[in-house]
Amino acid sequence: MQADELDALARSVVAADKRSVAKALNLVESRREQDRALIGAFLDRLGRERAAEFGHRIGLTGPPGVGKSTLAASVALEMRRRGKSVGIVAVDPTSVTSGGSLLGDRARMGALSGDDGIFVRSYATAGEPGGVTSTALASISVLAAAYDVVLVETVGVGQTETDVRMLVDTVALVLQPGSGDTIQFLKAGIMEIPDVFVVQKADHEDLADRALGDLGSALRMTHAVSGPAANAWETPALATSALHGRGIEPLVDAFDRHREFLGDSTANRRAEGSVAWAMRELERLHGRYATNLLGGRTRLREQLAVDQRAGAGAFTLVEVAASRFLNTLLASGHGPARQREPS
Amino acid sequence: MTIGTAKRDRPWIMRTYAGHSTAKASNELFRTNLSRGQTGLSVAFDLPTQTGYDADHVLARGEVGKVGVPVSHLGDMRALLDGIPLETTNTSMTINATATWLLSLYLALAEERGIEKNKLTGTTQNDIIKEYLSRGTHVFPPAPSMRLIADMITYTVREVPQWNPINICSYHLQEAGATTVQELAYAMTTAIAVLDAVRDTGRITGVEFEQVVGRISFFCNAGIRFVDEICKMRAFVELWDSITRDRYGVEDPAMRRFRYGVQVNSLGLTEQQPENNIIRIVLEMLAVTLSKDARARAVQLPAWNEALGLPRPWDQQWSLRAQQVLAFESDLLEHGDLFNGSHVVEARVKQLVEAARQEIAEVERRGGAVPCVESGYIKQRLVESNALRVRAIETGEQVVVGVNKFVDGADSPLVKDRASSIQTIDPIVEEQQKAALTIWRSERDEAACRASLDALRAAAKTTENLVPLSIACARAGVTTGEWSDALRDVFGEYRAPTGVAPVSGESRRESGDEVAALRLRLDALERTMGRRPKLLVGKPGLDGHSNGAEQIAIKARDVGFDVVYEGIRLTPKQIADAALEEGAHVVGLSILSGSHASLVPEVVAGLKAHGIGDVPVIVGGIIPDPDAEMLLASGVARVYTPKDFALNRIMSDIVELVERRYAGG
Repeated sequence: MQADELDALARSVVAADKRSVAKALNLVESRREQDRALIGAFLDRLGRERAAEFGHRIGLTGPPGVGKSTLAASVALEMRRRGKSVGIVAVDPTSVTSGGSLLGDRARMGALSGDDGIFVRSYATAGEPGGVTSTALASISVLAAAYDVVLVETVGVGQTETDVRMLVDTVALVLQPGSGDTIQFLKAGIMEIPDVFVVQKADHEDLADRALGDLGSALRMTHAVSGPAANAWETPALATSALHGRGIEPLVDAFDRHREFLGDSTANRRAEGSVAWAMRELERLHGRYATNLLGGRTRLREQLAVDQRAGAGAFTLVEVAASRFLNTLLASGHGPARQREPS
Repeated sequence: MTIGTAKRDRPWIMRTYAGHSTAKASNELFRTNLSRGQTGLSVAFDLPTQTGYDADHVLARGEVGKVGVPVSHLGDMRALLDGIPLETTNTSMTINATATWLLSLYLALAEERGIEKNKLTGTTQNDIIKEYLSRGTHVFPPAPSMRLIADMITYTVREVPQWNPINICSYHLQEAGATTVQELAYAMTTAIAVLDAVRDTGRITGVEFEQVVGRISFFCNAGIRFVDEICKMRAFVELWDSITRDRYGVEDPAMRRFRYGVQVNSLGLTEQQPENNIIRIVLEMLAVTLSKDARARAVQLPAWNEALGLPRPWDQQWSLRAQQVLAFESDLLEHGDLFNGSHVVEARVKQLVEAARQEIAEVERRGGAVPCVESGYIKQRLVESNALRVRAIETGEQVVVGVNKFVDGADSPLVKDRASSIQTIDPIVEEQQKAALTIWRSERDEAACRASLDALRAAAKTTENLVPLSIACARAGVTTGEWSDALRDVFGEYRAPTGVAPVSGESRRESGDEVAALRLRLDALERTMGRRPKLLVGKPGLDGHSNGAEQIAIKARDVGFDVVYEGIRLTPKQIADAALEEGAHVVGLSILSGSHASLVPEVVAGLKAHGIGDVPVIVGGIIPDPDAEMLLASGVARVYTPKDFALNRIMSDIVELVERRYAGG
């Protein structure tokens, strides 16, 4: 694809032209080695279009079966009522045996179809941990350029929630009352506090109340330990029943409040997310060896932050770091030596 | 023994599941069937009527008058039953989400004719749980649906006491692939959910509750393993007797009797050598008639050519004759129960009862039938069982004569000409129905209609019984779509879990050379294309029979596709939009209602409009040859019908389409 074609595509993505959005997603989803540079170039171009205004990225994560798809659909509808367009990224696991996947979220979002202000794409994890595929970041960037809100729905608790944090502005952890998830979550220790807690399927009131209570006291404890910083975000815990449409408006209010709370710091949060993601992606592609050869994690993070400020998107960050790694490898003579080893 | 001297039992009610085109055409069909010795009516409604849409709704396109008769208002009900005496006719209506409405139209008609409600006999199917699980004509979410059922039951027990307000269906569970034990267990848990809901209304006295239990009837299936089916029916009798006694304390044994009607298995009918089907049908009928102590109250048989398309009157008559020969020529009805004291039968019944009790307990442990619908537990079990069944046929482990064994044979004189060996519906009926609807709306009292709908909507927000208000709507001239929309406003709509979950059937561990080869080809495609080939599977139109689509989706996942399963009841536009949004490489459509001729070209046109007209479209369904040729000519890449049971071959075709289109293969 020529430079002017990429420019044209980027512009029509920003204009939310559905065909172009679909085409751009097909492009950035490619796992072909030869496409990586192109994808990076395209995303950087997209980033130059109107980065600051780009859509609010919201992650919905939680264990399987808590009704995240239904919740995402309800949130999307409420966003639409508030005049916002919505892109949705739904991630489901890939079968270990066949490499294939059954992506069923779309079927649970039936109410959304036929609306031109909504765009849903389903992804398989393709064997990558954390429910966040390497293509997810690129796809989120494309959708966020086209739509006001991007909902990212992934399966998992714990690690995933940390991973999703790299990709989105607001992380909502969705739990089900009485399922033991809340307890598990609390036991695991709150490493990274999600920005919003959602107790879904709150049809059984007493169970939902208990779950909310548990979360509330755990949150108070965390705040007590870390000390309430001035202007800190106070993580809300909300009960919803997507099936019965209850609790959706307060949840969307909370998302909007968090977006407002982030304000100018959004750019920083995204920059940190890009760097964190690039570091992880580099290790996924080239191993811990690459990180070490580039001076270790701290040094690498600093370097990537510099590159990021110079205008490189997350994808390009990986490209740049990878070529630096390969150059260092060749210069140090490690490369050919390694190649001579029997494979 | 001298012929004709023995005391004979009364034969069961003989019906034919019938209705198509228009109310008037169906009325003629009913009268003909009755004149040929049919003893009850079984009304098939078209999909718009079943899912609460008028003929002029966008989702009704291509479906009007196809799988049944369209009934949009009281005028249609009048025409449908013209000249048929309601007081002496036992009418069974296959209607579920809109059962309250169709019963209301029936009651309003009876009222017009001056017939007392307590004279009416018949059945409304009204089992919403199996709709979520297999048949797919549900409209409202589970809670308000259960409320509508409870409203009907509590109304009829007082006002229409000879009416069976609900037919708990194990039939469709078997069609969805249920094992014998699953069929027993899930039918029982459905009945439990219904009775609990009725009890919990608090509107029913203890005496009335016994009557309610006595009026619960079942609609069962019988497959080709007919000895097992005999045992299953006996197991049903035993389970129901104990549940009604132990759980609900029903003392009168007559009220605890398991009453059921039957339609024998359609799932096992074959497109290859279709004449063999009549033999299957007869064997299956034996399963539900041989046991005097567990004999069906009403039997309707499918026709030999149902895997080819809609049956003609002669085809249905042939099935009716099978019933008549058994009931009137043979000596079956002269004997007592043939199996009492049979060790073999008794042991198997005991085994089935115990296994069913375990699964019932499992469902109860998970909160009962309704929560197990919402969580997808039951649906997933059914999809898995069906995957095993499909696989067993593909491998030849399960013999199907004429399909995977004894395939060679002489040409059948019955199907010399495929096109004329089935019933076709003139597409003009859709326009006629729409025109008639416009006239109906222009001639009625608009203010009265609006008032009755407002009252219905208001009552829907309370716990008031909705049946009397629905009858008032019927009298005022409200249409099926309007009644349903009023309740959609209050209750919302529901999409049931598809059972096609990321892990569905994973335990099955697909293996074998063919599968391995397909996986290699898909891996290679992913390397060339940069993306793993993505297949979008959707069902356009109102047809909710999702077996085929589910099995294709699971199989495609197993050979390595990324599969987006969209579920049922989609407009062609929604499918085309999804193909664009998902970046699908192939689109698979499944349609069993016969509406492929209008819906498929619309999907193809939608893809073109999105600039992705080069994405191959494959279609599966009950599609007659001339239609298949038409579809292929209009740009469809492949057409599959029930005779294509080898899923690996279908998968290989799809992979080839992707190779050709995207990898220059």
